[in-house]
Amino acid sequence: MAQLTNEQANTYWRRNITLVIKLLIIWFIVSYGCGILLVDTLNQIQIGGYKLGFWFAQQGSIYVFIVLVFYYARRMAALDREFDVDQN
Amino acid sequence: MDLQQLSYLVVGLTFALYLGIAVWARAGSTREFYVAGAHVHPIANGMATAADWMSAASFISMAGMIAFMGYGGSVFLMGWTGGYVILAMLVAPYLRKYGKFTVPEFIGDRYYSQAARAVAVLCLIICSVTYVIGQMKGVGVAFSRFLEVDYDTGLQIGMLIVLFYAVLGGMKGITYTQIAQYCVLILAYTIPAIFISLQLTGNPIPQLGLGSSLAGSDVFLLDKLDQVVTELGFREYTTDVRLSGLNMFAFTLSLMIGTAGLPHVIIRFFTVPSVQAARYSAGWALVFIAILYTTAPAVAGMARLNFAQTLEPVPGKYLSIDERPQWFRNWETTGLLAFEDSNEDGYIRYHADPALNEMTVVDRDIMVLANPEIARLPNWVIALVAAGGLAAALSTAAGLLLAISSAISHDLLKGIFMPLISERQELFASRLAMAAAVLGAGYLGLHPPGFAAGTVALAFGLAASSIFPALMMGIFSRRVTREGAIAGMISGIGITLFYVFQHKGIMFIPGTDFLGNSRANWFFGIEPNAFGVVGALVNFLVSFLVSRFSAAPPREVQEMIENIRLPAGSSVAQVRDS
Repeated sequence: MAQLTNEQANTYWRRNITLVIKLLIIWFIVSYGCGILLVDTLNQIQIGGYKLGFWFAQQGSIYVFIVLVFYYARRMAALDREFDVDQN
Repeated sequence: MDLQQLSYLVVGLTFALYLGIAVWARAGSTREFYVAGAHVHPIANGMATAADWMSAASFISMAGMIAFMGYGGSVFLMGWTGGYVILAMLVAPYLRKYGKFTVPEFIGDRYYSQAARAVAVLCLIICSVTYVIGQMKGVGVAFSRFLEVDYDTGLQIGMLIVLFYAVLGGMKGITYTQIAQYCVLILAYTIPAIFISLQLTGNPIPQLGLGSSLAGSDVFLLDKLDQVVTELGFREYTTDVRLSGLNMFAFTLSLMIGTAGLPHVIIRFFTVPSVQAARYSAGWALVFIAILYTTAPAVAGMARLNFAQTLEPVPGKYLSIDERPQWFRNWETTGLLAFEDSNEDGYIRYHADPALNEMTVVDRDIMVLANPEIARLPNWVIALVAAGGLAAALSTAAGLLLAISSAISHDLLKGIFMPLISERQELFASRLAMAAAVLGAGYLGLHPPGFAAGTVALAFGLAASSIFPALMMGIFSRRVTREGAIAGMISGIGITLFYVFQHKGIMFIPGTDFLGNSRANWFFGIEPNAFGVVGALVNFLVSFLVSRFSAAPPREVQEMIENIRLPAGSSVAQVRDS
C-alpha cells in the first residue's frame, strides 16, 4: 500500500479536481445549455421528427451523461495506477 | 385465460421469485444486513442500484407526467439521470473510501459531532419518508388496478407486502432481489414500448420511433402530436415550457443534486469492494437507468397521442359513452378515471378548457399501466406491465426502508443512545423501525401531496437542501466546521420544508397549507417541487458564514479528509501521527 508525500497527495487531488471540472462543464452544456437555455434556438434545427433542443432535453443529454461517467472512471483508474493508490 | 387470471399468474410468479431470493439471501450479520458484506460486483451493484433508484415514480408515474407536460417533463429525464454524473464524481468514491455503513455516520465523523449525526438522521428520515409516500401512491395505483379494488384498499394491501419482504432480507436480500426486479421491470417497460412504437411508426426502437413518421404516412409523430393536442386546446407538446425557463432550471438542478444526496442511493456504493468499483458502478447504474429513461419519452408521446385519439377519434367528434372501451371502464372502478356528461349529448367531450371538458378525472399515474390496453396489446403484455410496476415500487420502497431503519438503529440507537446494544438487538430494532416507517408512510399515502413523481420530486428537494451540501463541504472543504454544518443543514431543510408546507400542507395533510398552492405566491415563480436548490444555496451560505466564526476542525478530522480523497493508502502526514 502506497504512502504518498503531502505534495504527491496534493497533486493527485488537483488533477482529480481539474478532470471533474472539465467534465462538469460538458455536463452543464448538454443539459442546462442545450436542453433548457438554448432550447428555442436549437429547436430551429430538425433531425428526423425531433427538434434538436427537444431531443437534447429528452434523449441526447442522457447519452452524454453515460459517456462522461465512464470516461471519468477510466481516467481515474489510470491516475490511481500512476500514483500507486489503486486497491488491487 | 382471461386478463385477470393471467395477471395473477405473472405477478404471482415474480413475487414467488423475489421471496425465494429474499429467503435464500437472508442476512445473518449487521454487515450483511446494512452493506451486503461489501462484496457485490460493480455490474450487479449497478443493476441493483438501478432497480433501487427506479421506483414507482419512474416506472408508473414519470411517462404519464411527461405525456401531459410535453417538453416541460424533460426536467425529470435530465434531473434523474444527470445526478449520477455528480454522484460518480463528487460523492460515491469518497464515501466508499470512508467505508462505514451509513450517511449520518459519515456526517457525524466528519463534523466530529453526535449532534451533527442526529441532525443528519432527522433530515434522512424526513426525505426518505416523503419518498416512501410517493412509492405508496404508485403501489396503491398498481394494486387497485391489478386487484380491481379502489385506491385505498390497493394501498393497504401493498403496504403489507412491502413490509413482509423488506423486513426479512436486509441489504443482502434486497440487493439480489433488486437484480431480479430490475430484469422484470425493464422487460415490462420496454416490451410494450416496442410494440406501440411498431404499431404507430413501424420502427421497433422506441427512441427512434418517437422521431419517426407515422406508419403509412409522411407526417412525423411529434408533428401529429403537436397538432392533435393543440386542437384540443392544450399547448404544443414539443415546446410546452414548465412555468418558466428559470423554474425548469431550478427543478432539474434540485433533482440532480437531490440524487447525489439521497442516502438510499449513496449506501448502494458502500456495497462494492473498492473505490474504483464505486466509480464504475455509478456508470453501470446509469446505463441500466438510461434504458428506461430514454424509452420513457417515447412511451409518453405515444401514450398521449393514443389517449387523445381515443377520446377524439375523428377531429371534432368525441368518444361516445356507449362505445367507451373496456380499459376505460376498468379504470373507472379505481376512481382514477372519471367523466361526467354535463351537456348530456351522449359523448365525452375532452378539452383543455374546464368549462368545455367532461373528463373530470384523468390521473396521470395511470397512463403507463393503461397504455398497453389503450394500444390493444395482447393480454400477457398487460399482465407483465402490472408485474413491472409492482417490482419498481417494491424495490425502491425496500431500499428506502433500509436507509430509514439503519439510520434509526445504527446511528441513533447504537451510535448515540445505546452504544452497548448487541448485534441481534440492533437487527431487531432496525426491523421494528422499518415496520413503523411503512405504516406511517402508508397512512400519509392515503392523501398523497400529488402524483407519485411529483411527491418523489419533493423528497429530492429535501435531500438536495440538507444532506447534499453537508456531504460536498465535508469532502471538498477542510474549513467547514461542526457548527457550520449543523446550522447549514437545519436552515437548508428548514426553509425548504417551510416553503413546501406553506403551499402543500403541513406533512401534506390537506387543508393545512396556509398560502395556497398557486403561482402568484411562489418565490420567483419557482414551484415547491423545485425549491430544493434554493434550500441548498441557503445551506451552503449559512455553513460557510458560521464556519468562519467558529474554531477550525481538529487535526484528526483534517487527516480524515485527506484520507478519503485517496482511493487507497494514505499521505505521509497521517501515517506519522497514527
